[in-house]
Amino acid sequence: MDPAALSSQILIGLSRAMILFIVSAGLSFVLGVLRVPNIAHGSLYMIGAFAAFTVATLLQRNPAGFWIALVVAPLVVAAVGLVIERVLLAHLYQREHLMLILFTFAVGLVLNDLVKIVWGADYRSIMPPPLLSGAVSLGDISIPRYNFFLLILGPIVAVAMWLFVNKTKIGKISRAAAVDREMVGVLGINVSWVFAAAFVIGCFLAGLGGALVAPMTSISLGMDHTIIIESFLIVTIGGLGNIWGALIGALIFGLTQSVGLLVLPQFAVVFPYAAVVIVLWLRPRGLLRSVW
Amino acid sequence: MNRFVESRWLGAVAAVLCLLLILPLFAPEFYIYILALILVTALLAMSLNLALGYGGIYQFHHAVFYGVGAYAVALMITRASLPWWISFIAGPMVAALTGLLIGWFCIRLTKLYFGMLQISLGSLIWIIVYRWYDFTGGDNGIHDIPMPVFLMSTNSVYYFILAIVAVCLIALYLIVKSPFGATLQAIRDNPQRCEAVGVNVRQHQLMAIVVAAFFAGVAGVLFVGLERSVFPNMLFWVLSLEIFVMCLLGGWFTFAGPLLGAAIVVALRTFVSQYTDYYTMILGIILILLIFFLPEGVMGFILEKSMPRTQSSEGGR
Amino acid sequence: MLSVEGVSKSFDQFMAVRRANLTVPEGSVVAVIGPNGAGKTTLFNLITGQLKSDRGSIVFRGEEISGLPPYEICRRGIGRAFQIANVFARLTVFENVQVAVLAQQRKSTHLFRPAQGIAVAETHSILESTGLTGQARRLAGVLSHGDQRVLEIAIALGSQPKLLILDEPTAGMSPEETATTMTLVNQLAKTRGITILFCEHDMDIVFSVAQSIMVMQHGSTIIQGTPDQVRQNRAVQEAYLGGGDA
Repeated sequence: MDPAALSSQILIGLSRAMILFIVSAGLSFVLGVLRVPNIAHGSLYMIGAFAAFTVATLLQRNPAGFWIALVVAPLVVAAVGLVIERVLLAHLYQREHLMLILFTFAVGLVLNDLVKIVWGADYRSIMPPPLLSGAVSLGDISIPRYNFFLLILGPIVAVAMWLFVNKTKIGKISRAAAVDREMVGVLGINVSWVFAAAFVIGCFLAGLGGALVAPMTSISLGMDHTIIIESFLIVTIGGLGNIWGALIGALIFGLTQSVGLLVLPQFAVVFPYAAVVIVLWLRPRGLLRSVW
Repeated sequence: MNRFVESRWLGAVAAVLCLLLILPLFAPEFYIYILALILVTALLAMSLNLALGYGGIYQFHHAVFYGVGAYAVALMITRASLPWWISFIAGPMVAALTGLLIGWFCIRLTKLYFGMLQISLGSLIWIIVYRWYDFTGGDNGIHDIPMPVFLMSTNSVYYFILAIVAVCLIALYLIVKSPFGATLQAIRDNPQRCEAVGVNVRQHQLMAIVVAAFFAGVAGVLFVGLERSVFPNMLFWVLSLEIFVMCLLGGWFTFAGPLLGAAIVVALRTFVSQYTDYYTMILGIILILLIFFLPEGVMGFILEKSMPRTQSSEGGR
Repeated sequence: MLSVEGVSKSFDQFMAVRRANLTVPEGSVVAVIGPNGAGKTTLFNLITGQLKSDRGSIVFRGEEISGLPPYEICRRGIGRAFQIANVFARLTVFENVQVAVLAQQRKSTHLFRPAQGIAVAETHSILESTGLTGQARRLAGVLSHGDQRVLEIAIALGSQPKLLILDEPTAGMSPEETATTMTLVNQLAKTRGITILFCEHDMDIVFSVAQSIMVMQHGSTIIQGTPDQVRQNRAVQEAYLGGGDA
């Protein structure tokens, strides 16, 4: 295979990894602060994709339609998250850890059927906006513009997350809550609202991931299944709760998959899973230090 | 142990067993089939509960052992043309071996880390089965697996499953009541303390995982006997979550709780989905209600109501 | 019987134990005292293997035990009762002690025999000598604080230790419970011939019970000697009176 095709294959793999990163970062953030692996995260991602579809379809004639969808869909998901957290989850923090995990699973079940009720079981799709249609060429290498856009957006989200956690007050508090929640409580901060904020941010990122993937795939029921297992694995190899770890994990996932496609197409999807096992063999607690 | 309580439970078990024995005489075939499915699922859930409820091990991907047991039988019969009885015995062994391998890997870690690592390893097995069309049939699975003549009718399969499940549950009960079971529960409550009284915690946990995987493998084999087919969803982690739910739903600190949980989930799935497309939503809502109002599960709730408080967890063990 | 020599342990920058020395002769009752944060519990954790020491040697009955996992150390004859009650909350009092006896008899991996009939006599004898017989069927989690502390000792006895380490056995107890507990500890030493190593805040108890006292400060050993030697030692007086923390 010639180097140009190889490079574009790898770049496309990396661009997909950016979506994985955004979704995993949300999962990891919630896990870090609340210590709950949110199994409903995949369903929230799916809602993000469907919401983006609805908004983009409604604003079909508007040239900014896609961009509005990209903002509105994550906000819708964040709102759903806020309701879930305040009405239900907030009352469960004192409970057994396994019960919290089970709760998020139950929420996922309910959300999946709600999606079925609202959007039906049909396959949906949307087009990328005119600005992002077609291909870009970088020397010999040519990749779709939309993937190029993702390649730029991913690092922006990573830096924004980093700035948020390290430079804003609520970010610092949530990081402190991840490490030592009793201490934060003692300082007179309402831990409950910190948890709510963290959960909502996690949901926002799931929604953003869903909205971003919408033009690249067919939007359908069941799209939550693969994303949730993949982002779980990414969070695990990155180090539970570590945002940069999620980035590295997503890159490993995306790269091994594109390499797999070149080497052994039938088993391409096996490659990332094998990579995960190898990483965990060497570093069972993940590549980077987990936050607690 | 309170003798009155003991004998009351024995009576209940005998009554249920008698009912299960005579049911095929008058119940329609479809119900017998569902009952057999409940028994298989119950064995699966109870095997998980040995690790989860009694051992406090975050066994997040238990379905893998079920699937491996089932696929082992299916592959041995269809690909290697081994006699059914060798395959039926070998299936659980392969599952136990997988348990040893995955357990050995994961046991270095605890709690959430353990669970996540197990999900990773299990998913690797799942994705291989899912993609290896030439060998495992990929996402089509394997169908029409030839079975011995005596397993051809629903009623005979039912009796076969009932017998095996009964033997397995007795074995599980003995294990729970054995010194190993007692130690396992102590590890669940306080692993550090156990180390300090001379218990090799990891060795015991690994043993629990292997035993649990073995019985999950038995359940997998029985499923093949019942359905004569296997498919990759049997090792998908959504199924792991479902059996997890059965344990918590029925009551994971009780012996019979997971059985009840399995019965509830299978029955719900069968009968509710006849009336509505939104079965999973109903399951989710029931779960949320349970988490809020019956955190010890249905069985835990029954035990609590039927016994003085200080002994509430004794009768079920 | 036990000799600790030059043992150190640091957490990040903080050196919790530095070159500590301790000798526990067979059949004796030895106390470790020192202000809060002197490193007593850390030292115990190093002896019983909950923590691994950075350097130094810990020799028990002629064998180096530092670096062994806790269960191996327990099997060699060191029992441990913890500072915070550390019982098995969902098991009955009887089962709590039985688990330790089973482990000691290497029967904890037996799979198919009912536990009800195994190690019963030994367990009951321990419950009797600790005065817990009446509570045998209750769940450990619902016991009073004082009873949980006694159960803590009973669990440690379950592993038939030759050396029993008690971490503040009377902390949080009423004066009455304290008296019973110390009588119990004394009895264990005399009737069962168990060597005892303990740490304790209450100086009256320490000086009336211990035959040898080791004083720790900032992780180091200041002195080990008889109660009289310790009382007259200048460094100890400074540590306690000068430091204002007694």
